[in-house]
Amino acid sequence: MNVEELQEIADAAVKEREKFDHQINVCMGTGCLSQHSDKVKAAIEKEAEASGRKCHVRRTGCMGLCAAGPLVLVEPSEQRYGHVHEADAKDVIAVLDAEPIARLNPHLETYFEGQKHIVLENSGHIDPEKIDEYIARGGYEALLKALTDMTPQTVIEQISKSGLRGRGGGGYPTGLKWDTVAKVKGAQKYVICNGDEGDPGAFMDRSVLESDPQRVIEGMAIAAYAIGANKGYIYVRAEYPLAVQRLTVALQQARRRGFLGNSICETQFSFDIDIRLGAGAFVCGEETALIASIEGKRGTPRPRPPYPAVSGLWGDPTLINNVETFANVAPIIRHGGEWFSAMGTARSKGTKVFALTGKIKRTGLVEVPMGMTLRQIIFDIGGGVPDGRKFKAVQTGGPSGGCLPEEHLDLSISYDALISAGSMMGSGGMIVMDDTSCMVSVARFFMEFCMTESCGKCVPCRAGTVQMYELLTKICKGEANRRDLEQLTELCEVVGATSLCGLGQTAPNPVLSTLRYFKHEYLAHIDEKRCPAGVCECSPVTAEAAQREVHA
Amino acid sequence: MPLYAERPPLPSDDKRWRIVNGTMRKHGFSRNALIETLHTVQSSFGFLDESAIKFVAQSLRVPLSQAYGVVTFYHFFSLKPPGKHTCTICTGTACYIKGSDKLVAQTEKLLHIHPGQTTPDGEVSFSTARCVGACGRAPVVLLDGELSGQIEGSDLEKHLERWTTQ
Repeated sequence: MNVEELQEIADAAVKEREKFDHQINVCMGTGCLSQHSDKVKAAIEKEAEASGRKCHVRRTGCMGLCAAGPLVLVEPSEQRYGHVHEADAKDVIAVLDAEPIARLNPHLETYFEGQKHIVLENSGHIDPEKIDEYIARGGYEALLKALTDMTPQTVIEQISKSGLRGRGGGGYPTGLKWDTVAKVKGAQKYVICNGDEGDPGAFMDRSVLESDPQRVIEGMAIAAYAIGANKGYIYVRAEYPLAVQRLTVALQQARRRGFLGNSICETQFSFDIDIRLGAGAFVCGEETALIASIEGKRGTPRPRPPYPAVSGLWGDPTLINNVETFANVAPIIRHGGEWFSAMGTARSKGTKVFALTGKIKRTGLVEVPMGMTLRQIIFDIGGGVPDGRKFKAVQTGGPSGGCLPEEHLDLSISYDALISAGSMMGSGGMIVMDDTSCMVSVARFFMEFCMTESCGKCVPCRAGTVQMYELLTKICKGEANRRDLEQLTELCEVVGATSLCGLGQTAPNPVLSTLRYFKHEYLAHIDEKRCPAGVCECSPVTAEAAQREVHA
Repeated sequence: MPLYAERPPLPSDDKRWRIVNGTMRKHGFSRNALIETLHTVQSSFGFLDESAIKFVAQSLRVPLSQAYGVVTFYHFFSLKPPGKHTCTICTGTACYIKGSDKLVAQTEKLLHIHPGQTTPDGEVSFSTARCVGACGRAPVVLLDGELSGQIEGSDLEKHLERWTTQ
């Protein structure tokens, strides 16, 4: 494969596209599929055929606005429709050249204005199971450019220059990580893509893998070239069957086109990727646990150093990056590191995909430049809190993150700003809560999560999370006193400081952040035995207790 | 005497064992294929029983204790056969905020079982999931593996009643 051949494939795909006057893209991501968008697609196809119009009805990945599913995007008019069901197929075809009608919910622009799509640039525009459509949108140009015009060192330089940081949550500079692995001597190196998106409330990795799997493969191949690896693994959750299926197809197509395998693009570079299925353990998102899981063992982390960069999979140097990180690689190589670093804030470059969920009008996936404020994301894009309720908090960073109250709504999103506010970027879950959520219960919910997901290897996490959970339960039931609260704070410190891996170290975060911003709720449960949000059932307990006291 | 014990014969002439054997062969009967093989067993048989774990452990020359350790470590593997129907309620953060705890309580009351159990007549298995990644449609329930989003308590009840009264 050379540049001309790649261009030929792209031209052929564009030509195929131009045979039709209209492209009707139907979202077939998990969210829309659950509302039978496959049937919608079939119905539109039937209608298009009956009308004699030259339409190409395409299956695409996630379009983002899950709340308005099933979604349809008509090109080239760029008109989007929401809540399109089988019965609406006729209307979709009828208004192809006319003004859209209200029945099809055509006004979805507010959600997409203000977003900047880099990772999601192909989502909703291409068929994820057709590699040629990916190539037609500039796919594999970056890999070819890296292999033919760049040395591994210049690839790493561009990634470093871009300022890209790990999108899995840690925010470690990607260029630095690549450089470290590249410098380690070893005949065998590995590239691993971490798709074990265990963080509840986040689904961006799933969406990327379902909508644009080739982009992740291309990113991994470029990384492999840069660090000198010839074998890669994508570790995906078994709970994501559609992502696994599309990835399997994508890998076959990439091999057939010669982007994976031996002597890629007639160079000396060889690389291939295997899929490994996760089996439902949150801790496997931690890199050393993930490696243990690929090796077929229990997914328990081990102390670092040595870091995987030095001793990873089967003791060999290993590069681990998140799905979204790899998805950013190809555009950076294509446009150069400076293009990427022009977006975002001083220390957080580019864009970030967030999963906007919870008590918010427009739930779904958004990709925004770093530096946007929480208020813009939640109110301008997400449409704010529904049913006239009041915004209370936004939770970011999953079980390792924290809850931010209203006074932090004007915080610009960046790795450092979120950490200093007591939360973290995490993989990008953003769960909005209104005044019907009790913050103590929320903290208890996350603690229950960490407690059941603790692998049990180190004592602080195994025993500490149970103790913290029981204290929080006690508070929720209105049975706690001030001494319990002190003990809880103390435990937070101990567990955070002494746990082996990230799971335990960050497990206290939801408690600490709610204590910092919503201490009055804790005190209401403890001193007044009442739940301000009316969620916890503390009053009946106290009534009984009071009665017991009377009888005594 | 051979250095390694020979590979055990297939536990029965059930054709599914050949699929399992195929997975192991694909990985060259290497020890690190343990999780992949267990996935194949579970997807073919629906669960992992003692004979299956023994067979896989012996074939891959993994100590039985280690194989059992792996099976019980990961939530995805089940040691009990599933019921005829399965109901999985997502309890991820987004679903929790949208009231999945009420759905769980309601289902427990209706089926008289707790998450992780199957009704005594073997009709319905009830479980909770740690986020199925469809948070945009929360609260989410998987009924026989099919995802239903923005589900109301009453809808869920109707579904479950259809299963239990059959």
